[in-house]
Amino acid sequence: MLNNRRQFIKKLLLTSLTMSSLAFSKISLGKWIAYDFGYRPIDKSLSELFPNKTLQKTGKINLKLPRRAENGNVVPITITSSIENIDTVYILSEKNPVPLIAKFTLDPSLETYIGARFKMKETCDVIVVVKADDNYYQTRKRVIVTLGGCGG
Amino acid sequence: MANRSTIKIRSKHFPDYTLVRTLIAHTMETGRNKNQDTKALIPAHFIQTLSFKHNDKVMSECHMGFGISKNPYFSFKIKQANPGDKITISWKDNLGFSDSKDHIIQ
Repeated sequence: MLNNRRQFIKKLLLTSLTMSSLAFSKISLGKWIAYDFGYRPIDKSLSELFPNKTLQKTGKINLKLPRRAENGNVVPITITSSIENIDTVYILSEKNPVPLIAKFTLDPSLETYIGARFKMKETCDVIVVVKADDNYYQTRKRVIVTLGGCGG
Repeated sequence: MANRSTIKIRSKHFPDYTLVRTLIAHTMETGRNKNQDTKALIPAHFIQTLSFKHNDKVMSECHMGFGISKNPYFSFKIKQANPGDKITISWKDNLGFSDSKDHIIQ
Protein backbone atom coordinates (compact mmCIF):
# COMPACT_ATOMS: atom_id res chain seq x y z
CA MET A 1 0.00 0.00 0.00
CA LEU A 2 2.72 2.40 1.07
CA ASN A 3 4.75 1.39 -1.89
CA ASN A 4 1.78 2.04 -4.09
CA ARG A 5 1.23 5.45 -2.66
CA ARG A 6 4.87 6.35 -3.06
CA GLN A 7 4.74 5.28 -6.66
CA PHE A 8 1.57 7.25 -7.14
CA ILE A 9 3.12 10.41 -5.73
CA LYS A 10 6.22 9.91 -7.83
CA LYS A 11 4.11 9.55 -10.91
CA LEU A 12 2.04 12.59 -9.99
CA LEU A 13 5.15 14.71 -9.55
CA LEU A 14 6.59 13.53 -12.82
CA THR A 15 3.43 14.19 -14.80
CA SER A 16 2.97 17.62 -13.30
CA LEU A 17 6.58 18.41 -14.14
CA THR A 18 6.23 17.36 -17.76
CA MET A 19 2.89 19.16 -18.00
CA SER A 20 4.38 22.41 -16.79
CA SER A 21 7.38 22.13 -19.07
CA LEU A 22 5.06 21.40 -22.00
CA ALA A 23 2.96 24.43 -21.19
CA PHE A 24 6.07 26.53 -20.98
CA SER A 25 7.52 25.38 -24.29
CA LYS A 26 4.16 26.03 -25.92
CA ILE A 27 4.27 29.69 -24.94
CA SER A 28 7.84 30.22 -26.04
CA LEU A 29 7.39 28.34 -29.32
CA GLY A 30 4.06 29.88 -30.21
CA LYS A 31 5.21 33.35 -29.30
CA TRP A 32 1.57 34.24 -28.85
CA ILE A 33 1.65 36.46 -25.79
CA ALA A 34 -1.48 35.99 -23.71
CA TYR A 35 -0.77 39.16 -21.74
CA ASP A 36 -1.05 41.36 -24.83
CA PHE A 37 -4.55 40.05 -25.40
CA GLY A 38 -5.73 40.59 -21.83
CA TYR A 39 -8.61 42.69 -20.52
CA ARG A 40 -7.53 46.31 -19.93
CA PRO A 41 -8.35 49.87 -20.94
CA ILE A 42 -7.02 51.19 -24.22
CA ASP A 43 -4.51 53.64 -22.66
CA LYS A 44 -2.88 50.88 -20.69
CA SER A 45 -2.89 48.59 -23.69
CA LEU A 46 -1.19 51.20 -25.88
CA SER A 47 1.40 52.15 -23.27
CA GLU A 48 2.25 48.51 -22.62
CA LEU A 49 2.37 47.48 -26.25
CA PHE A 50 4.52 50.44 -27.23
CA PRO A 51 6.50 51.40 -24.12
CA ASN A 52 8.37 54.71 -24.43
CA LYS A 53 7.45 55.04 -28.08
CA THR A 54 5.82 58.04 -29.66
CA LEU A 55 3.04 57.06 -31.98
CA GLN A 56 3.24 59.70 -34.69
CA LYS A 57 -0.06 60.67 -36.21
CA THR A 58 -0.06 60.25 -39.94
CA GLY A 59 -2.40 60.56 -42.87
CA LYS A 60 -0.42 58.02 -44.85
CA ILE A 61 -2.33 55.05 -43.49
CA ASN A 62 -5.57 54.51 -45.27
CA LEU A 63 -8.32 52.66 -43.42
CA LYS A 64 -11.32 51.41 -45.26
CA LEU A 65 -13.97 51.00 -42.59
CA PRO A 66 -17.73 51.35 -42.63
CA ARG A 67 -18.88 54.67 -41.17
CA ARG A 68 -21.72 52.84 -39.49
CA ALA A 69 -21.52 49.17 -38.59
CA GLU A 70 -24.95 47.60 -38.25
CA ASN A 71 -23.51 44.54 -36.61
CA GLY A 72 -20.51 44.89 -34.33
CA ASN A 73 -19.81 41.19 -34.74
CA VAL A 74 -18.49 41.67 -38.24
CA VAL A 75 -16.71 44.92 -39.04
CA PRO A 76 -14.68 44.72 -42.23
CA ILE A 77 -11.40 46.62 -42.36
CA THR A 78 -8.91 47.13 -45.15
CA ILE A 79 -5.58 48.75 -44.35
CA THR A 80 -3.33 50.22 -47.00
CA SER A 81 -0.44 52.61 -46.58
CA SER A 82 2.13 54.51 -48.57
CA ILE A 83 4.68 54.36 -45.73
CA GLU A 84 7.77 52.41 -46.77
CA ASN A 85 9.18 49.37 -44.99
CA ILE A 86 6.25 48.57 -42.77
CA ASP A 87 7.00 45.38 -40.90
CA THR A 88 4.26 45.18 -38.28
CA VAL A 89 0.64 46.26 -38.22
CA TYR A 90 -1.53 46.43 -35.09
CA ILE A 91 -5.29 46.76 -35.05
CA LEU A 92 -6.93 48.05 -31.87
CA SER A 93 -10.48 48.95 -30.99
CA GLU A 94 -10.73 51.66 -28.37
CA LYS A 95 -13.60 50.38 -26.25
CA ASN A 96 -13.33 46.63 -26.67
CA PRO A 97 -12.72 44.72 -23.42
CA VAL A 98 -9.55 43.46 -25.09
CA PRO A 99 -8.38 46.41 -27.18
CA LEU A 100 -5.77 44.56 -29.22
CA ILE A 101 -7.55 42.78 -32.06
CA ALA A 102 -4.60 41.44 -33.99
CA LYS A 103 -1.06 42.09 -35.02
CA PHE A 104 0.45 41.15 -38.34
CA THR A 105 4.00 40.92 -39.52
CA LEU A 106 4.48 41.87 -43.14
CA ASP A 107 7.25 40.56 -45.36
CA PRO A 108 8.74 43.13 -47.77
CA SER A 109 7.45 41.08 -50.70
CA LEU A 110 3.91 41.77 -49.60
CA GLU A 111 2.14 44.97 -50.46
CA THR A 112 1.00 47.00 -47.49
CA TYR A 113 -2.48 45.65 -47.68
CA ILE A 114 -4.46 43.74 -45.08
CA GLY A 115 -8.10 42.86 -45.12
CA ALA A 116 -9.81 41.40 -42.07
CA ARG A 117 -13.05 41.30 -40.13
CA PHE A 118 -13.27 42.02 -36.45
CA LYS A 119 -15.67 42.61 -33.56
CA MET A 120 -16.54 45.94 -31.97
CA LYS A 121 -18.32 46.30 -28.66
CA GLU A 122 -19.61 49.84 -29.16
CA THR A 123 -19.14 53.06 -31.08
CA CYS A 124 -15.53 54.13 -30.78
CA ASP A 125 -12.30 54.78 -32.64
CA VAL A 126 -10.46 52.04 -34.44
CA ILE A 127 -6.74 52.58 -34.03
CA VAL A 128 -4.20 51.16 -36.43
CA VAL A 129 -0.54 51.35 -35.49
CA VAL A 130 2.22 50.45 -37.92
CA LYS A 131 5.90 49.98 -37.30
CA ALA A 132 8.33 50.95 -40.03
CA ASP A 133 12.11 51.23 -39.51
CA ASP A 134 11.57 51.41 -35.73
CA ASN A 135 9.21 54.34 -36.13
CA TYR A 136 5.62 54.00 -35.02
CA TYR A 137 2.73 55.65 -36.79
CA GLN A 138 -0.91 55.63 -35.88
CA THR A 139 -4.19 56.57 -37.38
CA ARG A 140 -7.74 56.45 -36.03
CA LYS A 141 -11.16 56.29 -37.51
CA ARG A 142 -14.50 56.40 -35.75
CA VAL A 143 -17.04 53.68 -36.41
CA ILE A 144 -20.64 53.92 -35.22
CA VAL A 145 -21.80 50.54 -33.94
CA THR A 146 -25.54 49.92 -33.81
CA LEU A 147 -25.43 46.46 -32.29
CA GLY A 148 -22.46 45.52 -30.13
CA GLY A 149 -20.60 42.37 -30.99
CA CYS A 150 -18.71 41.33 -27.91
CA GLY A 151 -21.39 39.19 -26.33
CA GLY A 152 -22.03 38.98 -22.63
CA MET B 1 -11.22 18.93 -36.56
CA ALA B 2 -13.22 17.03 -39.15
CA ASN B 3 -11.80 15.64 -42.34
CA ARG B 4 -12.91 18.59 -44.37
CA SER B 5 -10.54 21.50 -44.33
CA THR B 6 -11.57 24.55 -42.34
CA ILE B 7 -9.65 26.81 -44.70
CA LYS B 8 -10.78 28.21 -48.01
CA ILE B 9 -8.28 30.08 -50.15
CA ARG B 10 -8.96 32.11 -53.25
CA SER B 11 -6.39 33.97 -55.29
CA LYS B 12 -6.51 36.30 -58.21
CA HIS B 13 -3.51 37.10 -60.31
CA PHE B 14 -3.16 40.66 -61.58
CA PRO B 15 -0.29 42.09 -63.63
CA ASP B 16 1.22 43.97 -60.69
CA TYR B 17 0.03 42.00 -57.67
CA THR B 18 -1.74 38.84 -56.58
CA LEU B 19 -4.66 39.07 -54.22
CA VAL B 20 -5.03 36.19 -51.77
CA ARG B 21 -8.17 35.86 -49.72
CA THR B 22 -8.84 33.28 -47.08
CA LEU B 23 -11.88 32.27 -45.07
CA ILE B 24 -11.52 30.02 -42.06
CA ALA B 25 -14.37 28.19 -40.38
CA HIS B 26 -13.93 28.81 -36.67
CA THR B 27 -16.25 29.84 -33.84
CA MET B 28 -13.87 32.45 -32.34
CA GLU B 29 -15.66 32.25 -28.98
CA THR B 30 -14.74 35.07 -26.62
CA GLY B 31 -15.54 33.24 -23.40
CA ARG B 32 -18.09 35.95 -22.56
CA ASN B 33 -21.08 34.55 -24.44
CA LYS B 34 -23.67 32.46 -22.64
CA ASN B 35 -25.39 29.34 -23.82
CA GLN B 36 -29.01 30.37 -24.47
CA ASP B 37 -30.49 27.29 -22.77
CA THR B 38 -28.23 26.58 -19.84
CA LYS B 39 -27.03 30.16 -19.23
CA ALA B 40 -23.57 28.74 -18.75
CA LEU B 41 -20.60 30.61 -20.17
CA ILE B 42 -19.24 29.17 -23.39
CA PRO B 43 -15.51 28.68 -22.92
CA ALA B 44 -13.19 30.81 -25.00
CA HIS B 45 -12.12 29.11 -28.21
CA PHE B 46 -10.29 31.22 -30.72
CA ILE B 47 -7.46 31.17 -33.22
CA GLN B 48 -4.25 32.56 -31.80
CA THR B 49 -1.79 32.37 -34.66
CA LEU B 50 -2.12 32.30 -38.39
CA SER B 51 0.68 32.01 -40.86
CA PHE B 52 0.62 32.85 -44.51
CA LYS B 53 3.34 31.39 -46.72
CA HIS B 54 4.22 31.89 -50.35
CA ASN B 55 6.37 29.09 -51.78
CA ASP B 56 7.21 28.01 -48.20
CA LYS B 57 8.50 31.46 -47.30
CA VAL B 58 6.64 33.13 -44.45
CA MET B 59 4.94 36.27 -45.75
CA SER B 60 2.89 37.17 -42.74
CA GLU B 61 2.47 35.93 -39.20
CA CYS B 62 -0.66 37.01 -37.48
CA HIS B 63 -1.31 36.91 -33.76
CA MET B 64 -4.89 37.55 -32.80
CA GLY B 65 -7.26 37.54 -29.89
CA PHE B 66 -10.99 36.86 -29.86
CA GLY B 67 -11.59 40.33 -31.27
CA ILE B 68 -11.48 38.77 -34.72
CA SER B 69 -14.91 37.85 -36.06
CA LYS B 70 -16.38 34.39 -36.22
CA ASN B 71 -15.23 32.59 -39.36
CA PRO B 72 -12.23 34.87 -39.85
CA TYR B 73 -11.50 36.43 -43.20
CA PHE B 74 -8.12 37.79 -44.21
CA SER B 75 -6.72 39.13 -47.43
CA PHE B 76 -3.21 39.95 -48.53
CA LYS B 77 -1.51 41.17 -51.67
CA ILE B 78 1.73 39.64 -52.89
CA LYS B 79 3.84 41.96 -55.03
CA GLN B 80 5.26 39.28 -57.27
CA ALA B 81 3.72 35.89 -57.68
CA ASN B 82 3.25 33.66 -60.67
CA PRO B 83 0.61 31.14 -61.63
CA GLY B 84 1.67 27.80 -60.19
CA ASP B 85 3.10 29.30 -57.02
CA LYS B 86 2.07 27.70 -53.77
CA ILE B 87 0.22 29.51 -50.98
CA THR B 88 -0.01 27.87 -47.57
CA ILE B 89 -2.23 29.07 -44.79
CA SER B 90 -2.23 27.49 -41.37
CA TRP B 91 -3.76 28.36 -38.03
CA LYS B 92 -3.57 27.24 -34.43
CA ASP B 93 -6.09 27.93 -31.68
CA ASN B 94 -6.04 28.19 -27.89
CA LEU B 95 -7.29 24.63 -27.43
CA GLY B 96 -4.52 23.15 -29.54
CA PHE B 97 -6.49 22.54 -32.73
CA SER B 98 -4.84 23.50 -35.96
CA ASP B 99 -5.24 23.24 -39.70
CA SER B 100 -3.25 23.97 -42.80
CA LYS B 101 -4.03 24.17 -46.47
CA ASP B 102 -2.11 24.59 -49.70
CA HIS B 103 -3.37 26.49 -52.69
CA ILE B 104 -1.91 26.90 -56.17
CA ILE B 105 -2.26 30.28 -57.85
CA GLN B 106 -4.05 29.88 -61.16
